[in-house]
Amino acid sequence: MKVKYFAWVRERVGKAEETIEPPSNVHTVGDLIAWLSARDEAYAHAFEKPKVIRAAIDHAHVKADAAIAGAREIAFFPPMTGG
Amino acid sequence: MTAPVTIRIQQDDFDVAREIAALSRDRTDIGAVVTFSGICRGPEGGDDIASLTLEHYPGMAEAEIKRHVDEAMARWPLQGVTVIHRFGRIEPGQNIVLVVTASKHRQAAFAAAEFLMDYLKTSAPFWKQEENTEGRGWVEARAHDDAAAARWTKS
Repeated sequence: MKVKYFAWVRERVGKAEETIEPPSNVHTVGDLIAWLSARDEAYAHAFEKPKVIRAAIDHAHVKADAAIAGAREIAFFPPMTGG
Repeated sequence: MTAPVTIRIQQDDFDVAREIAALSRDRTDIGAVVTFSGICRGPEGGDDIASLTLEHYPGMAEAEIKRHVDEAMARWPLQGVTVIHRFGRIEPGQNIVLVVTASKHRQAAFAAAEFLMDYLKTSAPFWKQEENTEGRGWVEARAHDDAAAARWTKS
């Protein structure tokens, strides 16, 4: 699946998007955050406060307990500040 | 008649008068048009904002705004809606966002415009970065914006 990062999450991870293949025990958005955080210090820094991080699956907002099965694109970003 | 909906995410500026005219031209069923323009503020107090840079999530930004426009159309009798949100570098005094709502009567147009702005602030995937003489920094989300959006869920 494709993962996209925006704003300071993008800056901390060091890339705007990537394709990942998480193991089968990663079921939810929260699991994916934990799995990514364990990869290296950049991800750990980006996701150090998981409650602040917002997520979207296929262009729709989701909570941390949302299942990632079947997702084409998952995005992580800080709270929005548009308007 | 189906109410026309225009949603645009663009780098270029927009012309408020032209957008109002485009929504209400050749229509005699519209009795009220409300517009909200969001403009980049200049320096105030200790802050010295030289510019804003807006990042967005292409695809989701349009989809998220569309969802809220659809909800506004379901809640109020609207004759047309236009939402334009800019991205990229924006300087003080320049436009950031435009919401235009048209209805037979003013109450629906006012309420829908406010509803749309409250949700644009908290759920449309845009992020502002401020740049001043000290450097750059991401703008933090404000709790009062969340509270403003939350009041629309009380029925």
